[in-house]
Amino acid sequence: MKAAIGKGSAISLPISIRNVTKTYGSFTALDDVSLEIASGEFITLLGPSGSGKTTLLMVLAGFIRPDSGEVGFGDRDVSLVPPHKRDVGMVFQNYALFPHMTVAGNVGYPLRLRGVAKAEISDRVQKVLELVQLGEHGTRNVDQLSGGQRQRVALARAIVFEPRILLMDEPLSALDKKLREQMQIEVRHLHHRLGMTTVYVTHDQREALTMSDRVAVIDRGRFRQIGKPRDVYERPESRFIAEFIGESHFLAVSVRGETAHYRDRPLQLAEPPRHPSGQQFLVVRPEKLRFVTDSEDGLNVFEGTAREIVYQGESTLLYVDLPDGAEIAIRQPATSLGQGLPAPGASVRLGLPAGDTMLVPGEAAP
Amino acid sequence: MTATRFSGQDGRRDHQAQKAPNAAAFHKLERSERTALSALAVPGLLLIGAIALAPIAWLFWLSFRDKSGFTLEHYERLLHPTYTLTLETTFQLSLLVTVICIGLGYPLAYLISQASSRLAAFLMLLVLFPVWTSLLVRCYAWLVLLQRRGVVNSWLQDMGLIETPLRLMHNFTGTTIGMVHIMLPFMVLPLYATMRSINRDYMRAAANLGASPVKAFWHVFVPLSLPGLFAGVIIVFVLCLGFYVTPALLGGGRVMMWSMQIERNVTYHSDWGAASALGVVLLAMTLAIIWGVGRIIGFDRITGSR
Repeated sequence: MKAAIGKGSAISLPISIRNVTKTYGSFTALDDVSLEIASGEFITLLGPSGSGKTTLLMVLAGFIRPDSGEVGFGDRDVSLVPPHKRDVGMVFQNYALFPHMTVAGNVGYPLRLRGVAKAEISDRVQKVLELVQLGEHGTRNVDQLSGGQRQRVALARAIVFEPRILLMDEPLSALDKKLREQMQIEVRHLHHRLGMTTVYVTHDQREALTMSDRVAVIDRGRFRQIGKPRDVYERPESRFIAEFIGESHFLAVSVRGETAHYRDRPLQLAEPPRHPSGQQFLVVRPEKLRFVTDSEDGLNVFEGTAREIVYQGESTLLYVDLPDGAEIAIRQPATSLGQGLPAPGASVRLGLPAGDTMLVPGEAAP
Repeated sequence: MTATRFSGQDGRRDHQAQKAPNAAAFHKLERSERTALSALAVPGLLLIGAIALAPIAWLFWLSFRDKSGFTLEHYERLLHPTYTLTLETTFQLSLLVTVICIGLGYPLAYLISQASSRLAAFLMLLVLFPVWTSLLVRCYAWLVLLQRRGVVNSWLQDMGLIETPLRLMHNFTGTTIGMVHIMLPFMVLPLYATMRSINRDYMRAAANLGASPVKAFWHVFVPLSLPGLFAGVIIVFVLCLGFYVTPALLGGGRVMMWSMQIERNVTYHSDWGAASALGVVLLAMTLAIIWGVGRIIGFDRITGSR
């Protein structure tokens, strides 16, 4: 395979996915998917369940044979290579730690298969267990570990043989929120330290934004948007993306050339509409809005009626009905500076700065 | 504490009762529920006691009695070569049948556990079908198949593999063939149940870590299937030890099993004491084997609770 990808380095390899298609009967899990992942990159496949993200990961690991397409690791075409010869680390969703082996047995298993000498195995196992802060637990049985500890063992087992590519299939989904957030940081640090190319699958958009160099949003077997976390959040390319990532409300606007109108009033936009005509939506995120008294330049003002207050701890959401029946919401951080929210029924004026406007087409871009 | 507000100036006992409201009532409820549940088990326990334990106790008692009272004569007689030889045959046959059942049953159970659910259901039906057929019918069917001019011999002759018919029945060979056929489902069922519960991700993880399919099978699948294998081995071996019908029919009187000695003592000699002693020894051996295996691999594995 003549890959247009960078040359392999000592610790990581680029991944090239080209025109991969996988169907199950009439269901298309992956629809002609292509993606180039740079060496050392941390990329997240983000999508709802059944979107094809896990299928794609399984194709990379070699567990699922696609109907057609190419997969390359560095200069090596692995499309037809069986899983045990791919030399990639993988963390499974349920960890898949062997229950009949100890922690050290599990972590040492890939080294044993590679014919590493016994003394060196125990040495390397100990080192990697210390790396995941489980240095004391080598002799334990797997069923004596907590969920977070199992997670670390699974991670240790996946990196002990120093693979240049690491695949992770929703590895944190079984942990509770606090532990999950702690592990997100740890996995991120580990990636910084070891530097292998990492493909991470999750359905948790916050996790994707927190951890990744790039996020690839996948839905119904196709990539809908690929970009840096900030770009995916701040510049969604379609209504689906804006809806899936972050909290959004949508106002139907009509676009005429360079301008967009909401209920016949022109909007002040950050940039001209990317798609020149037709039905489009203004994305209104709750944290972008603020209360205003007068209309200022560079501010789009919406008048409506306060409907419901939802207390969420660190912030409070106020839902507002607009005269045309649409709904938007404003988020107030829970600081002592914030003024009291208007009571339900009161009329409110909300301002959206021109710089925070985003227009998306109605349907997901093909 | 808010509780003190209610108790006011009352005594200490009242104060404590208020700190743990309803504790005594909950405790009582718990106990009465437990008693009720135990009471529900009484009919079952009585039934088991009447039809299983009482006869065993009776057997045990008989084995130490003759006309004059207590005796060890029945057990002393078991040291006679007739009986030791029978014991040897019984163990040899049981061991052989168990080993063959592992050899045939393990691949079969593996095939069923890996097959698509429709194929697995069909294969399982084939495994279970013999169990639903009369034991006696199956033994006579083997007599038809294995006799001198039976189907098996004529096939082998037609194919030119043998010149003269093989002696396939009324001997150790025939008994083994028949018993393996009867016992195979008892090996396949626990094995299949265990194998089906092995998560596919274990095999995937092994492959991902660099294990070829053969290595993954031996390093991961086989160890995880051992509980089912032990369960199958125990069931088959223990059933073989006390097996009567098939050895009696296919052995043609030439393969003397422990159970047949019991039968002879009762029907020919009307000697209940001797028969009882044989029964007690068989029971003791069975329990010893289960205990021994349990000591080695853990009882929870035999019962499949792990």
